[in-house]
Amino acid sequence: MNYTFDWSVLWSGEPGQWLLQGLSTTLQLSALAWVLAVVLGVLAGALRTVPFLPLRWGATFYVEFFRNVPLLVWMFFWYFGVPPLLPRPAQDWLFDHGAEFWAGTIALGVYHGARMSEVIRSGIGAIPRTQFEASLAMGLTTFQAYRLVILPVALRLIVPPGTNESLNLLKNSSVALTISVAELTFQTRQIETYTAKAIEAFTAGTLIYLALCLSIATIMARVERRYAIPGLISRAPAG
Amino acid sequence: MDVSVVASNFQFLIVQGLIGIGPFIGGTLRLAVPAIVLGFGLGIFVGLARLADARWIRHPATVYVEFFRGVPLVMVIFWIWFIIPQLLRLPIPEYGVALTAFVIFEAAYFGEIVRAGVQSVPRGQVEAATALGMTATRTMVSVVLPQALRNMAPALVTQMIVLFKDTSLASIIGYVDLTKAAQIVNNREIKPFELYLFIAVVYWLCTYSMSVMARRLERRTA
Repeated sequence: MNYTFDWSVLWSGEPGQWLLQGLSTTLQLSALAWVLAVVLGVLAGALRTVPFLPLRWGATFYVEFFRNVPLLVWMFFWYFGVPPLLPRPAQDWLFDHGAEFWAGTIALGVYHGARMSEVIRSGIGAIPRTQFEASLAMGLTTFQAYRLVILPVALRLIVPPGTNESLNLLKNSSVALTISVAELTFQTRQIETYTAKAIEAFTAGTLIYLALCLSIATIMARVERRYAIPGLISRAPAG
Repeated sequence: MDVSVVASNFQFLIVQGLIGIGPFIGGTLRLAVPAIVLGFGLGIFVGLARLADARWIRHPATVYVEFFRGVPLVMVIFWIWFIIPQLLRLPIPEYGVALTAFVIFEAAYFGEIVRAGVQSVPRGQVEAATALGMTATRTMVSVVLPQALRNMAPALVTQMIVLFKDTSLASIIGYVDLTKAAQIVNNREIKPFELYLFIAVVYWLCTYSMSVMARRLERRTA
């Protein structure tokens, strides 16, 4: 092995700034996509339970198609495939306002929305039907039963897999580098290109992702313990 | 919509991109199948190591799993693509890089599934096997793992589908899989909407048939 380490490339001059910019883009991209994913997830999850068939089919199609195709293909689809179909002025506007960022957000959000809806569906499905019936027998209205009984339990059941899925979304935001969104992985590669210090650059990127994921996981584990439902088998502690 | 672009490049996309027969060393299936087999194989060791009594086996396995589950796959591919050739001073072909990255990365996820599967086997089974005079290895191979495998089948298939989709990331380093094949065709034809939608459908047909087969298997073994 013949490699001279020079860790100072990470904080001297531009590369340090690139890393911070990359981190900030990753967080923005992930946050926006997360909101979109949760909205679509709840919507698709709810629509899959309505009695009107076409709506149910539409929601099922969305979930089954979007989560079973690679995210990378969706990135290319939304960035290269969709904009040419838009009217000319809309295209021009889009490419003046960071089209790759918005395409990346939509690709990430729509893909994870389909996966999120499965998480939500299984959370609500895990609640025994008798809980709902018991609430009605005690004189609650349907709305009250959902607000006071079903949702508080369902939300707590959804927290652990929901956290997992949110972390997947954060990690998957790195795929946006393929459509040249300047997020963290993209910037790490850029540092490697400019300084030829591959080990330093990728170590920095890797550690930032690890720190992000581990801290979110730690916080959510606390939330989970705090709001755990007594008497239910909790998730086995990791490690 | 111009479907003719798909028809005229159908052979290149499917035979070269999906299967991997043609002028390029590539193919989604040629990468996905060994990656699934080897990743699961390594995952069994990782999962069992996490359950080992000896601390010097258990702790490294835990660090391994937590590390790879906290890092994006793209990052792991770049590590192997840029750094291993520098250290070893020899170029590794794209196929080797991609396969190594997938096996190392997915073994962490498979390991967690194996661990959960083994933990789901009732303790009494192990005790009964020991009482019958089986060794620890024999107990694991002929009593615990067969039952664990049945319990973890659904999670296992889900992870295989995830891995199958993840192989598309090998196109980032230039491996000619289905996604890269579509990119190559698109560079010549400039029909991104039709081409990417088409490969989305191809990927979907593969993954969906995997999940249908899994459901059938589950019903038979349940």
